[in-house]
Amino acid sequence: MSETLLDVENLRVTFPTRQGEFQAVRGVSFTLGRERLGIVGESGSGKSMTGRAILRLIRPPGRVEADRMEFRGEDLLAKSERDMQKIRGQKISMVMQDPKFSLNPVMKIGEQIMEIYRFHTGAGRSAARRKAVEMLEAVQIRDPERVMRAYPHEMSGGMGQRIMIAMMLVTEPEILIADEPTSALDVSVQTQVLSIIDRLVRERGMGLIFISHDLNLVASFCDRVLIMYAGRIVEVCDAGKLHEATHPYTRGLLGSLPRIDAPQPRLEVLKRDPAWAQAPSVSGRT
Amino acid sequence: MSRVSVENLNVWFGDGADRVDAVKNATFEVPSGASFGLVGESGSGKSTILRAIMGLVTTWSGRMTVGAFELGKKRPKDFYKDVQMVFQDPYASLHPRHSVDQVLGETLSLHGFRDIDQRIMKLLDDVGLGPSFRFRYPHQLSGGQRQRVAIARALAPEPSVILLDEPTSALDVSVQAEVLNLLADLREEHKLTYIMVSHNLAVVAHMCDTTAVMQNGEIVELMSVADMRAMRPSHPYTKHLLDSSFGYKPDAAQSA
Repeated sequence: MSETLLDVENLRVTFPTRQGEFQAVRGVSFTLGRERLGIVGESGSGKSMTGRAILRLIRPPGRVEADRMEFRGEDLLAKSERDMQKIRGQKISMVMQDPKFSLNPVMKIGEQIMEIYRFHTGAGRSAARRKAVEMLEAVQIRDPERVMRAYPHEMSGGMGQRIMIAMMLVTEPEILIADEPTSALDVSVQTQVLSIIDRLVRERGMGLIFISHDLNLVASFCDRVLIMYAGRIVEVCDAGKLHEATHPYTRGLLGSLPRIDAPQPRLEVLKRDPAWAQAPSVSGRT
Repeated sequence: MSRVSVENLNVWFGDGADRVDAVKNATFEVPSGASFGLVGESGSGKSTILRAIMGLVTTWSGRMTVGAFELGKKRPKDFYKDVQMVFQDPYASLHPRHSVDQVLGETLSLHGFRDIDQRIMKLLDDVGLGPSFRFRYPHQLSGGQRQRVAIARALAPEPSVILLDEPTSALDVSVQAEVLNLLADLREEHKLTYIMVSHNLAVVAHMCDTTAVMQNGEIVELMSVADMRAMRPSHPYTKHLLDSSFGYKPDAAQSA
């Protein structure tokens, strides 16, 4: 395995509620090298919270705690908010599910990409402009000059997501966290967006955390997969061997998927065992 | 005998230069008791066909019949009893301040039923929710439970045709399995005819006997479930959809 970019040990995300504290993430450990790491789970399993916690995007009164959360040996939890700003977007970027809510609706796309680039590099307008156009070309946008002048509402969902990716990669981060980047897209556009992420991750040697609820997608796209349930990791496996997974939860999820090539009269229904939530988290450290 | 038949259906929105043809010349037939799928991408017109059958869009031409009803601009009350619809988002399709009891009770009384009390209990039982759910509000239910309430509401007037618009796409896969099983059981039990819209080919293959593949408002292929399982698409677009539904393939992405 290559060098470790991110090292997380015993990560916990806690929210105070009227009924006492609620732990959304309960002691998750994993490392990320220059690889494609998938995190799968159902809604409420804590997968998105894990992604957000890495960038410390959990708002108070929510709390992020960990025994260790290091990016290339730097302690992310000890950083000031000011220093975190330099990490976010520059060293570690995040692409969210729906481009409609991530792009500023009243700002031209070109301006938005240039703003990020200039904020993090201090480059001039013309250099930033060149870089933005180049980045839009890299995500296969046909007419980048026109898109630079356009507003987000003039773009389709697939284009919006590609613009988001361009924006997040313009600063050449070392880690990309993609939270359900293709769930809002049609299948054919989905493949296109994935191939762009795949190529960029490969070419630039980035580490990718790919958060998704789609098991088949993660199995075919990632190198290694963490399966989360109730805020913990229940199983870690090689993506190619996901279909040989042994944990009853993973088996249950796989069984509940309808399959085109293997008809069954009834779908398996997942029977949840309270013991799964109690079992200690499996470590995803390598 | 066909339960639902659609012939040369055209649906458009807007006028003159702004006119958008959402559905072009769609023709298909659904036999009684069958389950028919409509797949395609967003904007391909699949939901619009359901809305046209339901009478939720007025600008259409062509010929549609449901059972004995020849559908016109105005439809008899019996039609709305016979045809019901379940929507995609269980969070948006239930009134947030109406309890399950009110949702079902209102539908039943609108359709002129008398024994509302017993019927509500029966409906809850049919969709696998116990009597304890009767006085809950939507925010006290999970996504899957809400969709069960929406299905119970659709069953209330004892319809013979149910139009399902992406009934499980907002749900987790394990909950999706429960809802799909429930729909299959209800079809068996109440001899229902389904028309189901989905973007997920695997879901449609599981539920439907025949599927129409739509692209840009046109039905490009009518496909039997056997052909789909054997991966025998005749239209290149169908092939593309089938390929993409098996996860990510680096080589497929290059040609797309």
